[in-house]
Amino acid sequence: MTASTIGAERIGATTAPAKAGTTKGAAKQPGSGAIWKIGTAVIVAYALFPVLWILSLSLKPAADVGDGKLIPTNPSLGNYRDIFTSGEFVRPLINSIGISLITTAIAVVIAAFAAYAIARLDFPGKALLLSGALAIAMFPPVSIIGPLFNIWRATGLYDTWPGLILPYMTFALPLAIWTLAAFFREIPWDLEQAAQVDGATPYQAFRKVILPLALPGVFTSAIIVFIFCWNDFLFAISLTSTEAARTVPAATAFFTASSNFINPTGQIAAAAIVVTVPIIIMVLVFQRRIVAGLTAGAVKG
Amino acid sequence: MTATTTAPASRKRSGGPVKTTDRAKAERNLGLKLAAPAAIIMLLVTAYPICYAVYLSLFRYDLRVPEENAFVGLDNYVLILTSGVWWEAVLATAVITVISVAIELVIGLAFALVMHRAIFGRRTVRTAILIPYGIITVIAAFAFRFAVQPDTGFIGDVNPLGGTIGSFATIIITEVWKTTPFMSLLLLAGLATVPEELQEAAKVDGATAWQRLWKVTLPNMKSAILVALLFRALDAFRIFDTVYVQTAGQFKSQTISGLGYNALISRVNLGLGSAISILLFLMIIAIAFLFVKGFKTNLGTVKGED
Repeated sequence: MTASTIGAERIGATTAPAKAGTTKGAAKQPGSGAIWKIGTAVIVAYALFPVLWILSLSLKPAADVGDGKLIPTNPSLGNYRDIFTSGEFVRPLINSIGISLITTAIAVVIAAFAAYAIARLDFPGKALLLSGALAIAMFPPVSIIGPLFNIWRATGLYDTWPGLILPYMTFALPLAIWTLAAFFREIPWDLEQAAQVDGATPYQAFRKVILPLALPGVFTSAIIVFIFCWNDFLFAISLTSTEAARTVPAATAFFTASSNFINPTGQIAAAAIVVTVPIIIMVLVFQRRIVAGLTAGAVKG
Repeated sequence: MTATTTAPASRKRSGGPVKTTDRAKAERNLGLKLAAPAAIIMLLVTAYPICYAVYLSLFRYDLRVPEENAFVGLDNYVLILTSGVWWEAVLATAVITVISVAIELVIGLAFALVMHRAIFGRRTVRTAILIPYGIITVIAAFAFRFAVQPDTGFIGDVNPLGGTIGSFATIIITEVWKTTPFMSLLLLAGLATVPEELQEAAKVDGATAWQRLWKVTLPNMKSAILVALLFRALDAFRIFDTVYVQTAGQFKSQTISGLGYNALISRVNLGLGSAISILLFLMIIAIAFLFVKGFKTNLGTVKGED
């Protein structure tokens, strides 16, 4: 087993045996294949339909938005041109990308340290840290927006990037800690010990031996954390008031409120497609990793 | 190599050859140092604000009339718990949570079975199912709103978002669409832990597919189902985005989070709003507690901790 296959190995632990077992089982039962094929088609249709509807709306000129047709009769890129020239969308897009990337980078680094300690070292408060992280992940964000609103106004963090990055960190950290700890448990620790026998300090062993092995897991948790930040709406509308830090979900919601006289549907749809396409590409490319990361540690496997 | 790879770190540690006290102490220190930044940030941005929220909830604290700020004890809580608006929000939140999580469990299980058994298009189906997960909730809410509204949709002149039943149905369908993938992936992971030999044995004994599902598969993935239900129930109970976009709380669809947001941010009444958010917090804890005690879900076990 080489270092690079470790990530794949642990994914295999939950998915591959099932595949091997069932391929055989299903082949024995003639006719059962059709059900699963139909099921597959149903799932694909389920997942794609709302996206196709939004895509269709985004390509319709304002006059056609109400025609109820899935295939636009006069497709145009006018809505996309509008959102990229109006500025109402460009600045939030920059905010969303910047805030999500910064949060992801900081959260994953800090979580990697904590997850390493959890998976590897004996120290007091380990169970508390893990259960605390789980508790925070389930926490209702509305419970802290009031105090944060008040403190942020007093400290000048209101309507700034750090003002959103900080609360995102609290929810991003538990996600990243759980995912990373699950990945880190699968790492061949013998290598680390070997490095320590060769004279490396525990820290060197972490940085030079374990971190490279752990990168697939780190990458997976980065994707999951990024999607969390990208998705947030409640903090974004509560702790921002202007374009300075307003993110895409918040801006999209106010898009409608501010322009009552022109139907903004096409433009919202275009904005939706612009922020959805990168995620779909990410999902297409890293499908196995995301599946593994989302279920990491959820079931002992 | 395989054996040592899968052995939990802690077991190897305690069973390790020679361990000096110094080394254990160094390990302790390193562990604390590595875990400290994460712990401190989570405490600062969660524990501190929640304590501050408890404090604020005991005051009349309205930013529009700051001169009237005063300690009022539990008056805010009494005001909320005796108000019809609060109970309407509790009802709406409970209805949305129970119905959507129930539907998600059924659809999610069906999807998990398909993903587990499908031979062709395995990759396609797993990629497809991640799309709703990756889409921003607000965008999903808009997609469904546009799909059902008469001026932008395809279902004709009826407007579901113009009435109570239709509003709830639209909100629930959106929630189900968006979060079933997560549910089905958790269930899929549980499905993979059901030993294939059990299925084969049941098949040999003449069990039908339906019997195998109920008597073999489901009982063996009980903990995965409970964890998936718990995660989704807690998540659904704090629903905000979808309702905000689709109905803005009209037609009795205002949820507890929405009520809290309105009080805190729209009306800057931090005292009353904080009391609402503390009550929501307590309800979330109660739900988690009921799950863990009532169903004897040992989160430690199923989350992979010893």
